Amino acid sequence: MVAEPGPAGTARALAAKGRLLDQVLVLARRSTLRSLRQPGQVVFPLLFPLILLAVNAGGLTSATRIPGFPTSSYLAFALAVPFMQGALFASINAGTYLAIDIESGFLRRLALTPLRAPALLAGQLGGQLVIGAIGAILYICVGLAFGVVIKTGVAGALVLLALSLLVAFAFAALGALIALRLGSAEAVQGIFPLLFVTLFLSSFSLPRELIQVHWFRTIATYNPVSYLIEGLRSLIIKGWDGQALGLAFGIALVMLVAALVAAGIALRTRLVRT
Amino acid sequence: MQPAGIEVEGLVRQFKDVRAVDGIDLEVAPGEIYGFLGPNGAGKSTTVLMLTTLLPPTAGCARVGGYDIVREGARVRETIGAALQEAALDPLLTGREHLILQATLQGLNRAQRSERTDELLTRVGLSEAADRKVGGYSGGMKRRLDLALALVHEPRILFLDEPTTGLDPQSRTALWEEVARLAREQGMTVFLTTQYLEEADSLANRVGIIDRGRIVAEGTPAELKARVGRPTVEVVPTEPGQRAALEQALAAFGDCAQASDDAVSVTLPGGESQLAEVVRVLDAAGVHVATLNLHAPTLDDVFLAETGRKLEGAAADGAMPAAAPASENGGGRGRRRRRGR
Repeated sequence: MVAEPGPAGTARALAAKGRLLDQVLVLARRSTLRSLRQPGQVVFPLLFPLILLAVNAGGLTSATRIPGFPTSSYLAFALAVPFMQGALFASINAGTYLAIDIESGFLRRLALTPLRAPALLAGQLGGQLVIGAIGAILYICVGLAFGVVIKTGVAGALVLLALSLLVAFAFAALGALIALRLGSAEAVQGIFPLLFVTLFLSSFSLPRELIQVHWFRTIATYNPVSYLIEGLRSLIIKGWDGQALGLAFGIALVMLVAALVAAGIALRTRLVRT
Repeated sequence: MQPAGIEVEGLVRQFKDVRAVDGIDLEVAPGEIYGFLGPNGAGKSTTVLMLTTLLPPTAGCARVGGYDIVREGARVRETIGAALQEAALDPLLTGREHLILQATLQGLNRAQRSERTDELLTRVGLSEAADRKVGGYSGGMKRRLDLALALVHEPRILFLDEPTTGLDPQSRTALWEEVARLAREQGMTVFLTTQYLEEADSLANRVGIIDRGRIVAEGTPAELKARVGRPTVEVVPTEPGQRAALEQALAAFGDCAQASDDAVSVTLPGGESQLAEVVRVLDAAGVHVATLNLHAPTLDDVFLAETGRKLEGAAADGAMPAAAPASENGGGRGRRRRRGR
């Protein structure tokens, strides 16, 4: 039989929880400040997806005339892509910041405090969520300003925000994992183009069923990024699509948990202390 | 209960085929400033990393503040503050933000954080620069902030790993005064590694000299210097080719040592009065002298006496990889240090 914790034990447990939350918040604040104090790290990751969106929406409008294309507005179709690109930038930023902390010895400074490893990961990634949220709200506003109608309404916009944050969180965790494994900011940045390729090998520009090139369609079908984009896109152009949303939330969640677990293991070797 | 200091017994750290720390024993009493003096790569930083729980030892044991560094790492960390070799600061945060971050991670509540931050900023003379980003701080300011960060949770034992390397003399003196004040007024135990003789000499109550992972001498600076005892004369010949003749001539006074690439030194068993005799012997041997220095014993002489080398340039002879512990953790970067005297 397990004994009930006494009042002192309960107080200690609450204090520990409070400390953990404090640790997460203070590290998330630092992560956010680091980003905001480097305008280039915020402005370009926000603007680049919009520029790509403008180019695609301007150049691929005729794609909407392909029989079976799900919407008459290519802008509405492509609006999901910036959310995905935002997640990729979250990955590179989270990874780079963590790698810089490893290289500079800052992680060692943190190791000397009672910091708990999950708080370190949550805090580092939490800052990227703030930037991710700013980006997601910006993309929704830009879409609305240029006439996109979100089929699922206000509730759908909120789910869109939640899903994009979950995807950003998953990719930021992946970035953290890469940083913890490689330990070098240059190496993390070297990986970024590879992550970006996964976006271009997905259904980002056409629905999978309309991709004519067989090998491309096969890769896009096996590429989880396709399902993340399709989940985001479904809220904008289709309405409530349980299957698309289930796949997107499920894949993002699996990615997040897998990356966090692997990052947690990698952190044990980085945050060495007896 | 009497507060405990640091007790180390047979501590070893092996990196593949290199024994960076090779079985050191030492004791630091509570309230004492212990200077750990040695050249680059001697094993100083590796020792600090082990004592601060950031690197598990290969063998041996140590207790810091009464706690075992392997089995009670968390307790040790509660007891100690440390300013490690790299003043690892975030250039994008301000000094105040660093202290708030550290205070929060150390578990201080909101009111305590603010109070402690202001107090430490004042103490290290950074109040005016508190809200400036650390990227714009000078080396001295960064080191002072680093010290303040180590003191946030009021530790009983402070580890300072080469705290004044690269600092100008004024900043160095200011840091020495603060460290001495901490020991004097708060009874803090300080374990200080340094490659500066003056630092160990003027600041430490006791000094341990480490070379190639082993402690080669230990005692108060006065005791160590007394152990060397007699003055030394150091001679540089005009022509490097006369080195052999110089050594042969000086051998009349005792065993010669290579003081540097150019200089040969010998201890004068009869004291300073033998200087004239040295000049006569060199003249008789036909050795043309570029410089001749007579000096009273210093800690450098102690190092020379114990290792046969001078502290300056000893790293080049030493075999220990200075960055080994860092690279072990994956973040290692090579170090290159100048010795300023």
